Amino acid sequence: MTRCSGVGTGPGTMKLNERSLAFYATCDAPVDHAGFLHKKGGRHTASHRRWFVLRGNMLFYFEGPGSREPLGVIVLEGCTVELVEAAEEFAFAVRFTGAHARCYALAAESQAALEGWVKALSRASFHYLRLVVRELEQQLAAMRGTGGDGEVTVPPRRPKENGCCSAVWSAEPPAAGPRCPPLPPRRRRASTPDRPPDSAPFAQLHEWYGQEVRALRGQWLGGQTQP
Amino acid sequence: MRYNEKELRALSQQPAEMAAELSMRGPKKGSVAKRRLVKLVVNFLFYFRTDEAEPLGALLLERCRVSQEEPGGFSISFIEDPERKYYFECCTQEQCQEWMEALRRASYEYMRCSLIFYRNEIQKMTGKDPLEQFGISEEARFQLSSLPRDRRAACVGTQLDELD
Repeated sequence: MTRCSGVGTGPGTMKLNERSLAFYATCDAPVDHAGFLHKKGGRHTASHRRWFVLRGNMLFYFEGPGSREPLGVIVLEGCTVELVEAAEEFAFAVRFTGAHARCYALAAESQAALEGWVKALSRASFHYLRLVVRELEQQLAAMRGTGGDGEVTVPPRRPKENGCCSAVWSAEPPAAGPRCPPLPPRRRRASTPDRPPDSAPFAQLHEWYGQEVRALRGQWLGGQTQP
Repeated sequence: MRYNEKELRALSQQPAEMAAELSMRGPKKGSVAKRRLVKLVVNFLFYFRTDEAEPLGALLLERCRVSQEEPGGFSISFIEDPERKYYFECCTQEQCQEWMEALRRASYEYMRCSLIFYRNEIQKMTGKDPLEQFGISEEARFQLSSLPRDRRAACVGTQLDELD
């Protein structure tokens, strides 16, 4: 695999874990967006039709959909996406700020594709995602803060809901349901006796609930292995 | 693989979630530990010579595994090659713990998982989708289906629903 280097190799070129980047580009998790785009090489060069794959805040481009390795990647932090007037139809640009900053001239192959790409790329940055997460974190913390000891007061139309793992017992047990999990009247501590504090960071909550879900699954499935 | 190096360098100059001088050793056999300024910015770990402003390199932290290595040390490796490790040594086990937690949560994929988790929590509590206020409730990247299958259950527990 060729060594990953920025535009213009030479002394002072940054190293990047290009092998892992390539694996991330081609792994079989769902992609955020993919399709053909025409990419202009430079101001006076022609466009090349490339297969683009958006994953998180990384926009990879390949020779084609079957390529095993990306030709390149555009890190999408600190950019704007805008429609542009160009000779090409369905043209748009990914523009970075700062002196001598790069501007990627791209073109989609239909109006629908253009709109899809502009939407997908505008919201692709990590910064944006983090903003939304923080907002939701605050909302959730504010809600829990008004719940006394933290137990959620459940609105009547969702009597089963009570915290993250309510899904475990959210179904009413059918009359004859040999595969149905036991339905306790309130949240049961499975293998982990301590609740995390309601203001716990997501990481802790994620880990804690994940443990409990795994333990409960193990219990009511009689220890069968899961696919 | 080409990449927009200038923009990545600019990113390395932004305020970091975590920054410290650590001892770092690359994955190549026979590599020597060196003092580096290590900076976590979004889902990249940048590393600098301690007296330089420009980064020597960056690690994209997607699909990575962070492991404890002896007291006070940790390693970063990637799913496709877990034995190929970047080693770091901290001053204290406390600092090491802090870094490991931060790095485990640093990926875009982890952040996406948290969003889906919080969205689901709020929706269960209020009956309303909190993403509607931002006009992004239909955004494909924030749906459960955007996660790899093995992460979906942990995020919202819906896998158990489907088994009923």
